[in-house]
Amino acid sequence: MRQVVAQRPSLRAATARPAGLRPGWLVAGLAAVLAALVAGVSLGPVSLPPGSVAVELLNLLPGVGLDSGLTEREIAIVTELRLPRAVLGLLVGGLLALAGGAYQGVFRNPLADPYLLGVAAGAGFAVTVVITAGGVGGAITGLPVTIPLAAFVGAIGAVTLTYLLGSAGGRSRSPATLILAGVAVSAFLSAGQTYLLQRNSDSIQQVYAWLLGRLATAGWHDVWLVLPYFLLTAVVVLLHRRELDVLSVGDDEATSLGLHPQRSRYLLIAAASLGTAAAVSASGLIGFVGIIVPHAVRLLAGSSYRVILPLSMLFGGAFLALTDVVARTVAAPEEIPIGVVTALLGGPFFVLVLRSARRVLG
Amino acid sequence: MSAPAVAVRDLRVRLAGVPILTGVDLSVAAGEWVTVIGPNGAGKSTLLRAVGGLLPTAGAVSLFGTPIQQLRRRDRARVVATVAQSPVVPAGMSVLDYVLLGRTPYIAPLGRESTADLAAAHDVLDRLDLTGFQSRELATLSGGERQRVFLARAFAQGATLLLLDEPTSALDIGHQQDVLELVDQLRRAHGLTVVATMHDLSIAGEYADRMVLLADGHVAAVGTPREVLTTELLARHYRATVKVIDGEHGPLVVPVRPASAPDGVLGRC
Repeated sequence: MRQVVAQRPSLRAATARPAGLRPGWLVAGLAAVLAALVAGVSLGPVSLPPGSVAVELLNLLPGVGLDSGLTEREIAIVTELRLPRAVLGLLVGGLLALAGGAYQGVFRNPLADPYLLGVAAGAGFAVTVVITAGGVGGAITGLPVTIPLAAFVGAIGAVTLTYLLGSAGGRSRSPATLILAGVAVSAFLSAGQTYLLQRNSDSIQQVYAWLLGRLATAGWHDVWLVLPYFLLTAVVVLLHRRELDVLSVGDDEATSLGLHPQRSRYLLIAAASLGTAAAVSASGLIGFVGIIVPHAVRLLAGSSYRVILPLSMLFGGAFLALTDVVARTVAAPEEIPIGVVTALLGGPFFVLVLRSARRVLG
Repeated sequence: MSAPAVAVRDLRVRLAGVPILTGVDLSVAAGEWVTVIGPNGAGKSTLLRAVGGLLPTAGAVSLFGTPIQQLRRRDRARVVATVAQSPVVPAGMSVLDYVLLGRTPYIAPLGRESTADLAAAHDVLDRLDLTGFQSRELATLSGGERQRVFLARAFAQGATLLLLDEPTSALDIGHQQDVLELVDQLRRAHGLTVVATMHDLSIAGEYADRMVLLADGHVAAVGTPREVLTTELLARHYRATVKVIDGEHGPLVVPVRPASAPDGVLGRC
């Protein structure tokens, strides 16, 4: 009989460590966020020295009162115009990348993005209804309706519809059923949106301006609106990061390991959808971040969701904040829709990541 | 007398409205190795999934005297570990991380591995001679190495009941023996109970204490390998022509070409 079980303890490979966020990557993620913040505040039609901006940002901390050398007007530009915009970019980018990473884990589908379950189509349809009905800043059926509110309600409504449709199969429902339900809901709402636009061609430009995304009108008000959803989504998704690793072996095996895959899945879907809806309501539809950033992190830092999720949140935020700088400076004084810039920059950026990952990992 | 490791009474399972198991009774003593055999579609994997609590069932399943529905999932996962026929191999996951998944029942919900969990995983890797593989990506291992890692993950669960669905189906004959010898050594060293499904009847008879022949969703025969692996039973339930030879550790089943093709053979292909 061959001896297949070692009778002596083998030497342990000292380098083997369980999956987890390495301090170096965490520092890199935080540095990217800080760099994006300083760049987002410094760059624009009025360029400000990054060093002075960094000092002015430090002055926002309690008990700090350093001389940044900026004038009153420049300080107002920093704190009232550019800082909320940069912070909103960090929050929205972080939310989209986090939700994308969570969806990819929940559905075990590398092509999943934050808009998979109908968030984009729901928000787009609702915004189109509001714009074509003349409800922007005005009223529909007597109630004041704003675009962010309509986008949020539309997004949540579409995800709820997807969930109800996907659950209609009773015990036969599966992640694939939910994705198919999302496709059906998206197709239905997109058709409705197209019909409305065809009937109201004068509104097309206004609708597309929103669809392509923007952070242009961001103020602290938008930041405070998005922040609670950001915190809720981040807490729920990051707490489940190990469970997503367990779910990667399939529902049967995850169940045999003691998990409730269905329960975890729906909780994560709810959190990610809520976060995406909040991001969409503040900034419109910004593509690419939710799918490209988690994949870039996966290629460079590791495939465990304990690495992908926190780093996607940090790098997703930094990516969007930096993209916004490009969007508002490259054709100044005009602004390019940020969704266009994320797609134009995201493609080459991903090819670059792919090439360096191949070089590093062989 | 201690409770049996597995007690199944009148187990019935329907999948998508189709009856798969139609009243199965089975008892497996603690420390025993029972192998479930049967033709394709007999319900072997379904029986294993039902015993592992992975399917809604009618009838009664008890593990070590406790009805399975009274066990919380985490408690059940500390008692019974399952290795599926073709486990999913997560992209990019290292051997160490995969084995650590086996510690999930011991990790608080939303928690992370403790140093004790890490030590337990290293211990299993040592015992299964996998320490040199711990940093390797699971997807880069050969079929035989992978099967040992799947067993290591199940073993890391610390469960005393192992359910193995076709543990040797993708392996060459040498690796089949390696894996089954490994399971047998672990079983003897740690008092494990093993319930396995297998298609290779000869090798199944070499290792099992008892065998269960499933056919059309019910138990057609149960007993020692010599009692179950008979020419007559195999011909009736597998519709196969075989010779059964008395081997050193159990009967050896050799398929032989029938004198003429049995009726309905085209319909089975």
